[in-house]
Amino acid sequence: MHHPLPPAPGVGYKPQHYADIMADPGAVGWLEIHAENYMGDGGRPIAQLRHLAERFPISVHGVGLSIGGEGRLDPDHLARLKHLCDWLNPASFSEHLAWSTHDGAFLNDLLPLPYTAETVARVADHIDELQEMLGRQMLLENPSSYLAFTESTMTETEFLAEVVRRTGCGLLLDVNNVFVSATNLRLDARQYIADFPMDAVGELHLGGHDEDEDDHGAPLLIDSHGRAVADPVWALLDDVLARRGPAPLLIEWDTDVPDWSVLAAEATRAENALSRAAERAAA
Amino acid sequence: MTDQSTFRAALSDPGMPVPPTLTDGTGRPAGRRFAVYRNNVAVSLTEALIDGFPACYMVLGDDQFRGMAAVYLRAHPPESPLMARFGMALPAFLDAAPQVARMRWIGDLARLELALRDSYHAADADALTPAMLSAIPPEDLGDTRFALAQSLRLIRSDWPVWSIWQRTRDTEAPQATPGAQDVVILRPGYDPAPHLLSTGDAEFIDALAQGSPLSTAAEAACAVAPDHDPTAILTLLMQSNALIQAPGGPR
Amino acid sequence: MKTNKALVLTAFAAAVSATAAAVPASAADNVKCFGVSMAGKNDCAAGPGTTCAGTSKVDYQGNAWTLVQDGTCESAEPVLADGTKVMLPEGKMGSLSELDRDLPMEG
Repeated sequence: MHHPLPPAPGVGYKPQHYADIMADPGAVGWLEIHAENYMGDGGRPIAQLRHLAERFPISVHGVGLSIGGEGRLDPDHLARLKHLCDWLNPASFSEHLAWSTHDGAFLNDLLPLPYTAETVARVADHIDELQEMLGRQMLLENPSSYLAFTESTMTETEFLAEVVRRTGCGLLLDVNNVFVSATNLRLDARQYIADFPMDAVGELHLGGHDEDEDDHGAPLLIDSHGRAVADPVWALLDDVLARRGPAPLLIEWDTDVPDWSVLAAEATRAENALSRAAERAAA
Repeated sequence: MTDQSTFRAALSDPGMPVPPTLTDGTGRPAGRRFAVYRNNVAVSLTEALIDGFPACYMVLGDDQFRGMAAVYLRAHPPESPLMARFGMALPAFLDAAPQVARMRWIGDLARLELALRDSYHAADADALTPAMLSAIPPEDLGDTRFALAQSLRLIRSDWPVWSIWQRTRDTEAPQATPGAQDVVILRPGYDPAPHLLSTGDAEFIDALAQGSPLSTAAEAACAVAPDHDPTAILTLLMQSNALIQAPGGPR
Repeated sequence: MKTNKALVLTAFAAAVSATAAAVPASAADNVKCFGVSMAGKNDCAAGPGTTCAGTSKVDYQGNAWTLVQDGTCESAEPVLADGTKVMLPEGKMGSLSELDRDLPMEG
């Protein structure tokens, strides 16, 4: 049996921060790793992970299973995920509502899905298969969207609620993704939060985004994970925490990775947000 | 209706139109919003190649490498989500590319870089210690078989690939001189390093890797280098924790 | 092969002594090197990692990959990006006319 993630700040683990984290993790109470970086046979990555797992709860975050793919899930990759979860026994396993593999080619991006009865059935089947294989519940993460499909017949929150209903999976609510998608597709982010199946949320993500424009000069935000979390995203987080209460809260910083002190400061800001939420809940 | 085949085809080929069912959320065509996904794929895979082949990146320069990567990532997209395995086909791709026909060694440089990466992620070895090694009775030594650490990689090049690699890391390193070079990659702890081999060393290592006993390995080396003395290569292998117990070998 | 046997014995004994004399990698050293690569030199050996983020960088994929411009045809010294030269092993290059056949014709 694994222990759940604590309702504390976590960070996306980067090997260059190993010594700093071991010396002084600050507010950081748990770490998230990308599953696909720890599927080698040995060497430093595995050694570091074994060592970190003795000290911190670990969340395994998959970025390559292609749960939304039209094809079947890659059995080799399922086996690798099972192997990792078996030896590491992480506190949590999560993956994305996206596809990334087609015809045997891995495209290294989280590609979007139309929200239809057909795709909801496919995603639910794939999650059933994965949860059965791993023998544990997974969390499914809402995507950052840059475009919409005319085929879609339901909203993203309706889609996620239906997947939860069918599979019993939990959800990973990425608050930055909500802000990015709402801005890009002219949706109301607060309404999205109000509609989100909050009872299923097992983890929250926060990350930085870049600002661009589309062909018409409309804002086009890009989920780059390459800078500090934007202020309106922190504000949206307060809204989420008011509904959900304190939850495991991850800071993601994947490109232009800063010194540990910068990341630790973001984790402290996350801790403050969680404390305020806990006080409100107690009041 | 945009299925994933259509989406993917348009993703890989910027000359293709953006699928018409993709919009900006208010009914207007997605336009350059689709380019975000195109960029994510092409840029992330290009940067993965830069991360994976820093020496090749250095000798080609940024423009050439990115131009090469744009062709390569479409011809040989990753076959699995393990980015640590991306680029396996790059050495052969470079061997065959007319654009770099005058740098014929660059395929081997890519082989060396791939082997380093492979070694980095290979299983940890339980090396035989000096105490275990010195406990082998002298009369048995010639017939003793050793296994080699899983992180060991042997590169045999017609080119001075080790010297060229050194030069990309250290501009003070000596200029590469013409000639073939054999290289062994060893990982004593967690950091693989390439070592230049003397004539006969590669045959020696190869024989051990095939499961031949020590005396046979020494003979294989002498067959190409009659004066071959295995002291140096044995010392290197031992000091790099590369000799491990063969099934039924010394304990 | 007596000589061979003697040679192997001597070489093996010398190698074991040299290895025993070298500072043994202790468990503590191993723990320390979880964190940083030795001398910070081999970090690139890890190779590429995963991403679940997007990029605002643009891929200028319109241009076809053109020939490497690495000096004149007479030179067997392609220049590194930083300006240093790497001498090609001329003996293995064959003649320039032979090489030219490998290049797409221009004009």
